[in-house]
Amino acid sequence: MSEPLWEIFVRPRRGLAHQHVGSLHAPDAEMALRNARDVYTRRQEGVSIWVVRAEAITASSPDEKDAFFDPAADKVYRHPTFYAVPEGAEHI
Amino acid sequence: MYGNDFAPLLEQVDSAEQELRETSERAVATSDRLEEYFDAIVAADQKVEPRDWMPEAYRRTLIRQIAQHAHSEIIGMQPEGNWISRAPTLKRKAILLAKVQDEAGHGLYLYAAAETLGISREELVEMLLEGRQKYSSIFNYPTLTWADIGAIGWLVDGAAIVNQVPLCRCSYGPYARAMIRICKEESFHQRQGYEILHTLANGTDAQRAMAQDAVDRWWYPSLAMFGPPDGDSTHSERSMGWKIKRFTNDELRQRFVDMCVQQAGVLGLRLPDPDLRWNEERGAHDYTQPDYDELVRVIKGEGPCNRQRMAHRRRAYEEGAWVREAARAHAEKQHV
Repeated sequence: MSEPLWEIFVRPRRGLAHQHVGSLHAPDAEMALRNARDVYTRRQEGVSIWVVRAEAITASSPDEKDAFFDPAADKVYRHPTFYAVPEGAEHI
Repeated sequence: MYGNDFAPLLEQVDSAEQELRETSERAVATSDRLEEYFDAIVAADQKVEPRDWMPEAYRRTLIRQIAQHAHSEIIGMQPEGNWISRAPTLKRKAILLAKVQDEAGHGLYLYAAAETLGISREELVEMLLEGRQKYSSIFNYPTLTWADIGAIGWLVDGAAIVNQVPLCRCSYGPYARAMIRICKEESFHQRQGYEILHTLANGTDAQRAMAQDAVDRWWYPSLAMFGPPDGDSTHSERSMGWKIKRFTNDELRQRFVDMCVQQAGVLGLRLPDPDLRWNEERGAHDYTQPDYDELVRVIKGEGPCNRQRMAHRRRAYEEGAWVREAARAHAEKQHV
């Protein structure tokens, strides 16, 4: 029963991005798709499914999260609210 | 309690989902000390996620609880599966099939949630088959008549929902998310059971008697589903500290009784408890406790169907071996 683990992503409706909904075991991609349909879309929750081998995903480590995301912390000038808009300027 | 205890189930689940989104935006005091950071996450009602550091006992408690819950969904297919071929109409049969299929799905969501804690599916399945992990004792009672399918939906699924709605707010993210999904689907289960009983209760005398008999047999085992009384509950306090559990066994049992009294009235069926009555002072119903000695006996394996349930599960697993083998062989062939 050493079937590989697959992460399942479902696009709920047209116009929305695929979203992670859970995981399941299956021997190959085709079976993973069929199983994902039965496990995660029994009530029309999706119009498209992606299946990805869990071992193919590289994740950032939560232990290093401070250091890893630090570079963005002191760059408030990346947000439009950083800038003072002179009085009277329109459409900006 | 939350002030919406008696709101329709789906509203309660929606508000748990809403809360999940809101709390995720709340800042948590960061700390270099792992345990302090874990405590801060729990204190802020945020979710602990799979790769976060967590106390070993928290991890073990969650694995035990989620696994037991998953096993219950899988074993829970049996008492109802018993009636699929004998459902009275094609409509009832299609509905029951969909419900049993949901139970399988719930088992799979929960196994997947347990696996994020570092235990493998093989280990989980093995622990069930070898009897090293338990499933809910309720499924060791037999389904003798069609009305039992109604009573299971109304009382057993009803009790499960009262237990499970607070778990939508559990501190462990994957479990909370699985429970939100499950509770939304359980709502149909409970209503279909209630509808079966309502139809029978408004039918012939024999049908009405069948409905009453089912309620008589399932009432006390359903009350026992909330576990031992608070004084005897071994894991409660610590689980509440970790926000895995939000209410005590007795609080949830009381909430269930208070809900059922009104619903039984609408059905015109009697709950089999001569001492059941409204207590003005407490603002709740007084009721007879279930037989906890019986609960212990059934958990230990001496219920009416324990052996049958486990034998059936093992047989199904063994008889499915060739399918798993064939699928694996096919997958390997694709890779050559």
